[in-house]
Amino acid sequence: MENKNEIEQVEKSPSGFSIIWREIVRDKLALVSLIFLILITVFVYGVSIILDQDEIVTVDLFSIHEPPGEEFWLGTDYGGRDIFGQLIIGTRNSLSIGILVTLMTGIIGVVFGLVSGYFGGHIDNIMMRILDFFLILPFLMIVIVFVAIVPKYSIWTFSLIMTAFLWMGIARLIRSKALQEKELDYVQASKTLGSSNFKIMFTQVLPNITSLIIVTMTLNLAANIGLESGLSFLGFGFPESTPSLGTLLSYARNPQTLEYRWWIWVPASVLILLLMLSIRNVGEALKRATDARQRRG
Amino acid sequence: MWKFTIRRILIMIPQIILLSVLIFALAKMMPGDALSGMVDPNVDPERLEEIRDKLGWNDPWHVQYADWVGGLVQGDLGQSFRFKMPVTELVGERIVNTFWLSIATLFFTYLIAIPLGITSGRYNDTWLDQSITSYTYIGFATPLFIFALVMLWVFGFMLGWFPTSGSVSPGLQPGTFEYVMSKITHLILPAISMALITTVSTVQYLRSEIIDTKQKDFILTARAKGASETRVYNRHILRNSLLPIAAFLGFEITGLIGGTVFIETIFGYPGMGLLFFESIQLRDYSVVTAVVLLFGIASILGALLSDIILSLVDPRIRIK
Repeated sequence: MENKNEIEQVEKSPSGFSIIWREIVRDKLALVSLIFLILITVFVYGVSIILDQDEIVTVDLFSIHEPPGEEFWLGTDYGGRDIFGQLIIGTRNSLSIGILVTLMTGIIGVVFGLVSGYFGGHIDNIMMRILDFFLILPFLMIVIVFVAIVPKYSIWTFSLIMTAFLWMGIARLIRSKALQEKELDYVQASKTLGSSNFKIMFTQVLPNITSLIIVTMTLNLAANIGLESGLSFLGFGFPESTPSLGTLLSYARNPQTLEYRWWIWVPASVLILLLMLSIRNVGEALKRATDARQRRG
Repeated sequence: MWKFTIRRILIMIPQIILLSVLIFALAKMMPGDALSGMVDPNVDPERLEEIRDKLGWNDPWHVQYADWVGGLVQGDLGQSFRFKMPVTELVGERIVNTFWLSIATLFFTYLIAIPLGITSGRYNDTWLDQSITSYTYIGFATPLFIFALVMLWVFGFMLGWFPTSGSVSPGLQPGTFEYVMSKITHLILPAISMALITTVSTVQYLRSEIIDTKQKDFILTARAKGASETRVYNRHILRNSLLPIAAFLGFEITGLIGGTVFIETIFGYPGMGLLFFESIQLRDYSVVTAVVLLFGIASILGALLSDIILSLVDPRIRIK
């Protein structure tokens, strides 16, 4: 889904789009990954319209821990719930939250980085100290503590908590780019003409760094899916009633399940791995497309 | 050099203060207090209020904060209501295990990274380099906990080569040879699992450092003087490429902190990560607060360590 957005955004300037397209076609791995991502996205979002999430997560005591068979393609978990259905819903939930968190961290990071880099001086100094502080926090633990103590926990609060501690990477990158960019002639010219700082930052500098933002956000998406599944694995992400891929993996914390019931956790692991690898493949191809020296096509 | 180090340490002070304020605020937001878990429910609520008053829990927050910090400085981390013992003692037991796990992981990380990085950099663009690069590429995309689960499944359960939980077999006397051996066998699988994933960034970094150094003029000079290929690599290139790797040590420590929560939970290894996981599930918040604080300080120290090593290695960083 992310990728479709990117392509649409770039379409405005045909040369940029054709460069990216050429790069992806040249890199067979990226092409296969892109096709895989599009197919799986269409499939999980399409099928989950028909599938009823509540029906899938309803406990069925007569079919606990069924191995894969005709009735349940991939068997059932300890509550007799169909793994295959949970896999589809889980992939959808994992993708959705990954995209949501990536977009939110992207917006915060870009605004923070742009302001900090563009103004420089004392503002930059103070903002960077704040960023440094967020960077040294033990991310995983702080997020888990927040998840545990937040009253009225929901998917929204979960993504807000994740966002609050994940915006720093992209902010730092954008800042260093903005620092370079503001020295360029077009910014100076615009200032001489009397454009407001706000206008220069968001209508002139921002378009010039879009490619960097797109590449970073694609790579972040892969990382965020991994983080979400990690948190769900520990039991501090999605609740069982809205399973994600990590929820399925969390059943493997039980040694019995890990040892004897591979069908519960192996498919989800493979899917997470494939998703992360293919998003990265596409991201790397995009990265090369934005840097003329690295292009293959 | 000293100027930089001192300035860097001064930056650390507000960081530690901010961290402690944040953790204190979190601790205050946690529902309930140590009394609600410890005291018999039949006790009169008014009496409880009195105890709370006496313990200073109804004071304004800045007084409470000062008390809390005062306790911390003296090594008093509070009481664990779950384990019914002082948190300091509890942490003291667990931190030793995590320490050994971290040492073993760092050992394996460099044991894997250095030969792979050197081979990959020296013979770049051969099939050997390509296979090492593919490993780092996949390693980057693999979440640590999935890899650890697979390792535990294959080597712990299916092949049965390693124990699947704990840090030592029960019934052994501390100090005996068997005890030490049992400790080591319990360490190997978690440490290798973590090292195989965390090492990939070091491998990649070392590879690009070596490829960079290879093209420098002083290498040409060394070759022109007639130094053998082995000497060029071992003496000239390696020495220059390994230094920046040393600076990674601090970052590795920061990385280990998140990793231990997953690794110790999966391998049932009784260290700080597992203590954190158990305590947050049991809502034993005084332990949670202590562990988060200690890990936070460890990662601040890790960042400090990298900056200092980096400034030793690369004088250009010392400006400002």
